Amino acid sequence: MTTENAHLLITKCGIEFPTPKGPFRALRDVDLSIKKGEFVSLIGHSGCGKSTVLNIVAGLYEATEGGVLLNNKEVNAPGPERAVVFQNHSLLPWLTSYENVELAVKQCFGKTMSKAEIKEWVNHNLELVHMTHAADKRPDEISGGMKQRVGIARALSMKPEVLLMDEPFGALDALTRAHLQDSLIEIQKELGNTVIMITHDVDEAVLLSDRIVMMTNGPAATIGDILEIDLPKPRNRLELAEDPKYVHYRSEVLRFLYEKQRKVEPIEAKKESKKASSTEAA
Amino acid sequence: MSTIAKITMPEIKTFLSSDIVQLWTRIALLPITGIVVFLFCWHIMAKSIDTSLGQFPGPSQTFEQAKTLIAEHNEERAQEVKFHERQEARNQKKLAKNPDAKVKTRPYTGKPTFVDQIWTSLFTVLVGFIIASIIAVPLGIACGLSQSTYAAINPLIQLFKPVSPLAWLPLITMVVSAVYVSDDPTFSKSFVTSALTVALCSLWPTLINTAVGVSNIPQDLKNVSKVLRLGRFSHIAKIVMPCSIPMIFTGLRLSLGIGWMVLIAAEMLAQNPGLGKFVWDEFQNGSSNSLARIMVAVLVIGVIGFALDRIMLTIQKHVSWDKNANLR
Repeated sequence: MTTENAHLLITKCGIEFPTPKGPFRALRDVDLSIKKGEFVSLIGHSGCGKSTVLNIVAGLYEATEGGVLLNNKEVNAPGPERAVVFQNHSLLPWLTSYENVELAVKQCFGKTMSKAEIKEWVNHNLELVHMTHAADKRPDEISGGMKQRVGIARALSMKPEVLLMDEPFGALDALTRAHLQDSLIEIQKELGNTVIMITHDVDEAVLLSDRIVMMTNGPAATIGDILEIDLPKPRNRLELAEDPKYVHYRSEVLRFLYEKQRKVEPIEAKKESKKASSTEAA
Repeated sequence: MSTIAKITMPEIKTFLSSDIVQLWTRIALLPITGIVVFLFCWHIMAKSIDTSLGQFPGPSQTFEQAKTLIAEHNEERAQEVKFHERQEARNQKKLAKNPDAKVKTRPYTGKPTFVDQIWTSLFTVLVGFIIASIIAVPLGIACGLSQSTYAAINPLIQLFKPVSPLAWLPLITMVVSAVYVSDDPTFSKSFVTSALTVALCSLWPTLINTAVGVSNIPQDLKNVSKVLRLGRFSHIAKIVMPCSIPMIFTGLRLSLGIGWMVLIAAEMLAQNPGLGKFVWDEFQNGSSNSLARIMVAVLVIGVIGFALDRIMLTIQKHVSWDKNANLR
């Protein structure tokens, strides 16, 4: 892919965090170019810097070297054109679902939309995630999956050029997650947003993505491999389960995660320490 | 007899362990028992304490004096009504004789009753508390938002927080007499002095709690604000304030409690005509009823302090978004 038609371009991105023991290098040389409307997943072991990449694109972190271009403009601050769906929904607990979305809409389009248009747009986005019935409920009155839906509605309502999702379904049970993934497929088909999603879930990555970006282990993590998922869209999880291509992609990702980038977890040592602690307890 | 006991004992037991009995025991029976025991001890101990002003007042003398104070109040009010009637009649007469005559309406100048003094105290503490809140909440937000502001202000907070109102009072009195000069003052100097002392001593808990509340706003919510590009003012109004409301109110409640405590001392020394002055005057008066009257004031001060806290709690419950929080 050439740089010219790239919608979002991450070039030679690296970041260091200052710590009391000296700078800690979390990322190095991250190069990624994303087309408009593309769905890209970031996958890798915990602590490999996936969220850091997302936060740099969001503008919440500033890269130590390299940078991010969106439509050839440098990203240096957070903004609604790069809306974020946070891992733990991050809805304002004192506002209802409607008000949470409304806050975003008013902030982004308060000057261009009339009151009636704002109301319509908020309701439209709640409808998109099937949350109209709980518009007047506060976050603590609805389930985790519903909160995440409202979080997505809030992000979508900003009409973002890029939708950034940080393990959006990580905290949900398998059934709710599947349900929301289907919703996301449906929404993306309708709106054609560019999406970058962080996930731990291999099936989720293959089901949703056009490309899967696999990251090496930190510290100083970078992109290890990129896998193009050439499956026709829209995808159906039941049909795919049997599809040899799907199975192949799935095992590719698994191989990357558990062979090439196997986290060197000293399982034996862990067991021994457990034994030691149990004997201590006894 | 023994047969009856055998039949009823299990029944009594189940009755006593039923939810409704347990509930009533907790909300009514036990508190009432506590109060009755206290009254009894007070009664016994009061009998054995002899002071130069006679025997220490027990519950019954105190109750007597409470009735007297209310009677005095009612009498004073009746006098006031009569005074105004007389004045009105006199003015009417004057006007009937000569329509151009200048009539004077003078305010009633009777001495303030116990009830008037309660109102004065409440008004003074309210003004002091509002001044304190107007200073403490914004300053607390500033401290919570910026580490540097906090670092700059924290030593001052720690330095002035433990200072007793009695130490401030002479300074405030002198400053008020020097600065608050007007021919027709809306508020008396003693009132301004008392209110300022209350403000100065009660602003610390609000300041500290607001700062803590604001600095503990979850990073996720701050990120939401950044992604939405909320301006500084919207960030404070839409994220910071609602998020730290529970902590701000915790501070406000502590502040009001301290303010009420400080007020009594301030009024004693500043001679603001409130409950503090009432206690001081009764002490100076030294009649055989004085101690009982002071005892009435003590109980009233306690009841009002309790009521103020309950009112704040009610407001806190009303404005707090976290309806699951166990506020008490």
